[in-house]
Amino acid sequence: MNRHLLSTEDLSRDDALLVLDTAERMARVAEASVRKLPTLRGRTVVNLFFEDSTRTRTSFEVAAKRLSADVINFSARGSSVSKGESLKDTAQTLEAMGADAVVCRHSASGAPHRLATWVRGSVVNAGDGTHEHPTQALLDAFTMRRRLGRVDGLAVTIVGDVLHSRVARSNVWLLATLGASVTVVAPPTLLPLGVSSWPVEVSYDLDAVLPKSDVVMMLRVQRERMSAAFFPTEREYSRRYGLDVDRAATLPEHALVMHPGPMVRGMEISSQVADSVRSTVVEQVANGVSVRMAVLYLLLGGSGEVS
Amino acid sequence: MASAAASDPASRRPGIARTVLSADDITRIVSRMAHQILEKTSGGAGVVLLGVPTRGVPLAHRLAQRVQAVEGVDLPVGSLDPTMYRDDLRLRGVRPLEVTEIPDGGVDGRVVILVDDVLYSGRTVRAALDALAAYGRPRTVQLAVLVDRGHRELPIRADYVGKNMPTSRRESVAVRLREIDGADAVLILSPEASPAGAADPGDLP
Repeated sequence: MNRHLLSTEDLSRDDALLVLDTAERMARVAEASVRKLPTLRGRTVVNLFFEDSTRTRTSFEVAAKRLSADVINFSARGSSVSKGESLKDTAQTLEAMGADAVVCRHSASGAPHRLATWVRGSVVNAGDGTHEHPTQALLDAFTMRRRLGRVDGLAVTIVGDVLHSRVARSNVWLLATLGASVTVVAPPTLLPLGVSSWPVEVSYDLDAVLPKSDVVMMLRVQRERMSAAFFPTEREYSRRYGLDVDRAATLPEHALVMHPGPMVRGMEISSQVADSVRSTVVEQVANGVSVRMAVLYLLLGGSGEVS
Repeated sequence: MASAAASDPASRRPGIARTVLSADDITRIVSRMAHQILEKTSGGAGVVLLGVPTRGVPLAHRLAQRVQAVEGVDLPVGSLDPTMYRDDLRLRGVRPLEVTEIPDGGVDGRVVILVDDVLYSGRTVRAALDALAAYGRPRTVQLAVLVDRGHRELPIRADYVGKNMPTSRRESVAVRLREIDGADAVLILSPEASPAGAADPGDLP
């Protein structure tokens, strides 16, 4: 395992499987009557969030606390960052406070990579711009493996705003590494230029792909990152790329419906589908804690040297 | 402790290996320990066997099989991974985690017998006691080990000992079990006379 977790693109198959196996053990801790481990006692984890995020930040916080690490939440709003402090100065401040790990979310793609060159501790990318969100992809793969028994050989369909989605990018790389075959489905305007170089199939026809999918992952349309009109109307988007009950009925019996959250019900996914038994939305949240515990343990649990 | 290679001192370090217990010896010892457990716990009443991974787990299953054969009692068997409770995590690279499997019925009010292959510094057992507390409050906790090689660093002793084996700290003890290693044996590995590796603290405690 590397010292940092910055992307799934450079994560080896062995390391990815190590995270998933470790997360499996961590999930068992949730079944114990005392759900707290002394493992990271005396270690400090800083949540450095330059973008709003309740679920990811809380998930990392719960994960770190279950391992007995001290957690400091450092959000951009109300801090010196809003007064104009640079990322480097912030990094040096955290360094001086003795952070063993920095969990970083930033609206700029690549910010955690820069941060990693400035701090001595481990950096975990909790989402950077439209680049990557590795722990989300790991928890998605973990959820697939728990529900379907494997990731290798699965047909996974990722639907929606691929252009702005770091979740999609992280999933594409990780799933390819783990041996799944990925199809992305989106309006042409919501696919990035470089998609032809990704290890994926591209389709514009959701109805054709659904009957062959073991997993369908719905993405939120990220209005906040859109500066132009990418599709005519929400209604049209929803008609062509939204997952409603009729569409979900064409999925194979065992197929899963996943969503990284937050969901926009009625837009990319209907309420009935989001609350159906195939939906893993709530499980994904619980699995997120196990996966983040695994990542923190693997980054901070030893002497820092490769064993 | 994940792979056989990493926990097998013979593959890490050259030296002289001496077989101290044969497969037959181990069978007899396990059988005797099963009788001792039955004797001390009045027929195994309320007993739960928890193996410490890796090799404590098959040993726990063997003890349960012997108890079954002798008394016809089925003792619940599980495993307890103490890794995340160790006090020496920061002394080396990250240790892979092993399975914890508490049998149905839990450990509250039970007589939990921890089973491990080698008792050395006592640090694994200390960590296991902490790990156990997260799963409940047993009435009694006892310890069964196949080999006690001495050199305790903590006030811990075993209730059931297969074989007391005086060793030097420079030696290491390797327990081989057919479930994991293909064959049963207990070996003592002595480092070569060369000073390289002589300062190695030996087998993992």
